[in-house]
Amino acid sequence: MLDAIQEFFRQIAADHPTWNFIFFYEERQWGKVVSGLWMTIKLSVICVIFSLIIGIVGAAMQGARNRIVRGLVQGYIQFFRNTPPFVQLLFFYFALGAFTPTYSPDGWLEVPIISNVGWAVISLSFFAGAFNVEIFRAGVEAVPDSTQEASEALGFTRLQTFAYVVLPLALRVSIPALNNNLVNLVKTTTQAFVIAVPELLYQAITIWNDHPSAQNPMMLFLFVAYLALVGFLVLGMNKWERSMRIPGYGA
Amino acid sequence: MKKFTTMMTATAVLFSTTAVSAAECTNDTWNRVMSAGKIVVGVKADYKPWGFRNTDGDLVGMEIDMAQDVADTMGVELELISVQSSNRMQFLEQGKIDLMIATMSDRADRREIVGIVGPNYYTSGTNLLAPNALEFSEWEQVRGKPVCGKQGAFYNQIVEERYGAEILAFTGNAEAKQALRDKKCVGFVYDDSSIMADLASGDWDGFGMPMPTEDDNPWALAVPKAEETCVFGRFMSGMQYNWHKDGTLIEMENKWGIQPTKYLADQNERYTDWLAE
Repeated sequence: MLDAIQEFFRQIAADHPTWNFIFFYEERQWGKVVSGLWMTIKLSVICVIFSLIIGIVGAAMQGARNRIVRGLVQGYIQFFRNTPPFVQLLFFYFALGAFTPTYSPDGWLEVPIISNVGWAVISLSFFAGAFNVEIFRAGVEAVPDSTQEASEALGFTRLQTFAYVVLPLALRVSIPALNNNLVNLVKTTTQAFVIAVPELLYQAITIWNDHPSAQNPMMLFLFVAYLALVGFLVLGMNKWERSMRIPGYGA
Repeated sequence: MKKFTTMMTATAVLFSTTAVSAAECTNDTWNRVMSAGKIVVGVKADYKPWGFRNTDGDLVGMEIDMAQDVADTMGVELELISVQSSNRMQFLEQGKIDLMIATMSDRADRREIVGIVGPNYYTSGTNLLAPNALEFSEWEQVRGKPVCGKQGAFYNQIVEERYGAEILAFTGNAEAKQALRDKKCVGFVYDDSSIMADLASGDWDGFGMPMPTEDDNPWALAVPKAEETCVFGRFMSGMQYNWHKDGTLIEMENKWGIQPTKYLADQNERYTDWLAE
């Protein structure tokens, strides 16, 4: 069966010079696709988790009494939300990367403690996190004041009110908007390409640079791969949304 | 399975746009250039001294001179468009450019996509721009080490597979070279001729080109695939033949400060007019 599939794609390549699905019959190219896909999945999962943490912490800090804390969060949001992630990646990796401590395995090389993958995680997490803060803020603001007052009346501290009352309700309101942002985040991982993070797009372009005839099939594969990745994410988010539903709350 | 095969084949046929090879010459590109009075040539903008921007921001270089000569010979105006290694063939395929002279190595799989016509106008091999401090002398020494490269160069894969280097491929030369200066890799794998030009520029003190040059590979200019065996393709073959014969390429090499290559001297010799004094 496997041979038949490989033979089939070999035949297509022979018949149609611009539709060479080389990664379906050459092991080395397939290896690149798999490693790229794996890197994209890792990058996506880690960035989604970090951006959620940043979003929640940021939204909590926005409600702080201290003006400096609120100002810091606001500054962070403005910077990361209003600048292109592409430029952020380049800036983080090349400009900030020069200030990080390094170690040297051979006396010349200066391997930074934060690798290009590390910078991609940091940069993309903060980028998506900035949007998440705003999304969670909208959710927090949707929680009626009376509910918060009620929890205060019960003797909850500020933190307890946020953690046990406001956040669980805010989360439910935020999920649809969060969904959008996380989908965007998964797609934005492709931009890590500029700092040579070997994710799916990097590997795809490497393949079609080495084999120009594989460009069209490779792009087609990219579409299918991201449809699948984002599909899984959306499926999970929808499931989560349903499981969190409170009958009678919200719409 | 059979049904799946049929379906996939049907899809592939449906999607294929350039699968049909031209049996007859329609000379579309040639005719369009002549009637419009303008030829659009794709050249490099980041590959000193073949194609780069001077301080005024104009595209200049050896390949731009070649493009100018082509336009002059055809009696049309020249328009330059800067292309990159990773999109140059697509630009030609889509008709965004009529002719591509963009430091492209002549490879078998590239010949299937664009119309490559001989004789090749230049040749270069693969080498490494590396700090002298590392005292490299042979390729085996890069095994397991990070080596910077540029997306679109065919030798990235070769160095990776043959010598086990970990290639960090950036989108542009500038990023790759910056990463080398930042000591993120032990060297920058690139064309020997371009590395020599870099070293000659004086910006790379303490760096050298330590490896034996490998995989000497001729360069090719390209016309659209449909023009390969038609007027435009034949014309470009003639241009290249004459550049070799009358020493134009050697003169340009001189003008742009490129180290004289044996290849150009050999070709000049080879095409010498037997009746010439």
